[in-house]
Amino acid sequence: MSSHVHAAPIRMRFFTRGTWVLVALMAVGFCFAAVRFTKGIGAVTNLDNQWPWGIWIAIDIACGVALAAGGFTTAALAHVFHREKFEPIVRPALITAMLGYTVVVIGLLADLGRYYNVWHPMVPSMWSGHSVLFEVGICVMFYLTVLYIEFLPMVTERFRGRVALPGALRPLNGFVEGLLRLFDRTLGRIMSVFIIAGVVLSCMHQSSLGALMVIAPYKMHPLWWTQVLPLLFLLSAFCVGPCMVIFESILASRAFGRRPEMEVLGPLSKILPVLLFFFISTKAMDLAVRGQLYRLADGSWQSVVFLVEMGFGFVLPFLMFFSARVRRSPRLLFTAATLVIFGVAMNRIDVFLVAFRPVYATKHYFPHVGELAITTGLIAFLIFAYRFVVLNFPVMHVEDAASQRGEGVPHA
Amino acid sequence: MDRRDFLKTVGAVGVGIAAADASASTAVHAPPDAFGVLVDTTACIGCRKCEWACNQVNELPVQPLEEFEDKAVFAAMRRPDAGNFTVVNQWPRQEHEGNVWAKVQCLHCNDPACASACLVSALEKQPNGAVKYDPWRCMGCRYCMVACPFQIPAYQYADALSPEVRKCTFCVERISAGERPGCVEICPVECLIYGKREELLSLAHERIGAYPDRYLDHVYGEHEVGGTSWLYIAGQPFPSLGFPELGEQSPARITENIQHGIFRRFIAPVALYATLAQVMWLGSRKDEVAAAAHKAEQHGEEHHE
Ligand code: SF4
Ligand code: SF4
Ligand code: SF4
Repeated sequence: MSSHVHAAPIRMRFFTRGTWVLVALMAVGFCFAAVRFTKGIGAVTNLDNQWPWGIWIAIDIACGVALAAGGFTTAALAHVFHREKFEPIVRPALITAMLGYTVVVIGLLADLGRYYNVWHPMVPSMWSGHSVLFEVGICVMFYLTVLYIEFLPMVTERFRGRVALPGALRPLNGFVEGLLRLFDRTLGRIMSVFIIAGVVLSCMHQSSLGALMVIAPYKMHPLWWTQVLPLLFLLSAFCVGPCMVIFESILASRAFGRRPEMEVLGPLSKILPVLLFFFISTKAMDLAVRGQLYRLADGSWQSVVFLVEMGFGFVLPFLMFFSARVRRSPRLLFTAATLVIFGVAMNRIDVFLVAFRPVYATKHYFPHVGELAITTGLIAFLIFAYRFVVLNFPVMHVEDAASQRGEGVPHA
Repeated sequence: MDRRDFLKTVGAVGVGIAAADASASTAVHAPPDAFGVLVDTTACIGCRKCEWACNQVNELPVQPLEEFEDKAVFAAMRRPDAGNFTVVNQWPRQEHEGNVWAKVQCLHCNDPACASACLVSALEKQPNGAVKYDPWRCMGCRYCMVACPFQIPAYQYADALSPEVRKCTFCVERISAGERPGCVEICPVECLIYGKREELLSLAHERIGAYPDRYLDHVYGEHEVGGTSWLYIAGQPFPSLGFPELGEQSPARITENIQHGIFRRFIAPVALYATLAQVMWLGSRKDEVAAAAHKAEQHGEEHHE
């Protein structure tokens, strides 16, 4: 490493009060998961024949995939478009995406009635190219693989030059070291293939996720049902990617007692007005073309939800990101980014749950405590795993090695 | 990595993706000699014998026939569920005294949204008309339930091990063996007529033509969502009998058109891949040139790692 800025594991104690709270939430989720796998989906959810999908799809999967968009947007910016100044945020975003998609898959297993058949879409005789869900499933699977491959350099970097096998295995040290080096070099040469593949796969499934509900035109509220849902999902994923990076970076700087990387986040937030503009204008044009604008003023509760989603989640932060004052202030920047995250999360929940109207509805859906517990447990697991990875692998950038040295706090 | 190597690796991946395009599907057409059932709601007497027969032939929890004679169930509208593939609902008769009854079950769409949604083809339209479910393929994602415009498929939510999607099977084993579906066979008043869908359609229009006072000029299922194997005729508008008002295009066509538009022969993803690769390579060339120039300038001061 020749540069004065490089990534290194953060040195601090792993278990704090916050970490124990996460463990408790995970334990509760785990108990409900145990009920789910022994007594069936019906025992821990409010799902029925009218409401086949609940928050496990809307939050665990749809929001999970959207909020992991930081991974491919920063990879595209820093590596494909060579904006090297964004380099420091690539690894944290990648880790979020990798862990985020892992959680998406775990959440999916809870929701699938026959979870043990989850591999079926990979079998050629079962391929169903006509199914949007098939496309989503295959892309998510490939992308998750790509994410783990992109994580590998952090693993080799962590152990390269430090291989110290104990006892009888000691003579192998040199050999393992050599293997690691070879592996690292090979990986470095082909990594660009995976980076581009990751971006393409992301564009594909982020949009297909939006296409999922297009098949239910008669069951969806017209404010949300549109044939351009795939495009809207892709555009909003572009918006939320950088916002997640800003959100995480500032949050992590607090949690790990560091200075927020404003010199990276400020320039990053400059592209947000453009991205948000594309999303907002496409949405407005779509409503106008479909002749549904009048519904915004019809006073129904759906119209209120829609206005809150668009107003607070997209238009307000769009205006905020224009101001240089916002882009310079960690607090304001954090607020604006959080609003977009709120907007996109709300949009996914709206599309999958709020807009859904069963043909013969006799009740409203509200998540069962079991659904909430499992979802919360998964989110806790995500934060827990993130903490573990940044404390043990070179993810976060440190300004110079000296500031990290000599603290002497053992890490997990 | 030099340019040729780079493009070679990138190209190989592109070809790999394109080869995976084997899954691209073609539009689904109504099978030419599909069977169907014509339900004449003006003939139905609400005896619920079809419900009983359906439970019998499908080995659903069977209660004695007498229990199905209970008319109290008509107080509320019922929907088919995992243990009852068909139910009869009672509706007030318009412009006359009395009631009308309408049997509900899967309509076995010509271009079923449920089958289009399924990611492992666990639901498939058979040449004989039945939309058949294969539990061994199913993953239990319940996307078929989201997709069905008639809210038909039901799920065994209480089963932890091998829950199934449940719906009318069109008695596929019976009809393959040349028999009539259980519900049709038992119907005492010929409210249910089984036959080739094409012939049933002509029969329906004949009846409507012969008794214009008795029937509305609308065969429900002739055009709805691309047509269905089960057809209905009635003396009053279908929404008053609990049927949803639907357009003529199957929802499957809308999504599949988008899907095929974007992924046709994988042109769009491959093009995106190639473009990004080009951008990336051009950028890295520029960086290399800049770095080389930088290095040349600082030659001597720079120490090696
Ligand atoms: S009625 Fe519903 S379940 Fe039956 S074939 Fe049509 S889409 Fe599928
Ligand atoms: S629940 Fe089963 S049949 Fe329905 S879409 Fe999913 S895999 Fe297909
Ligand atoms: S066709 Fe068979 S499965 Fe369907 S309602 Fe009739 S008896 Fe039941």
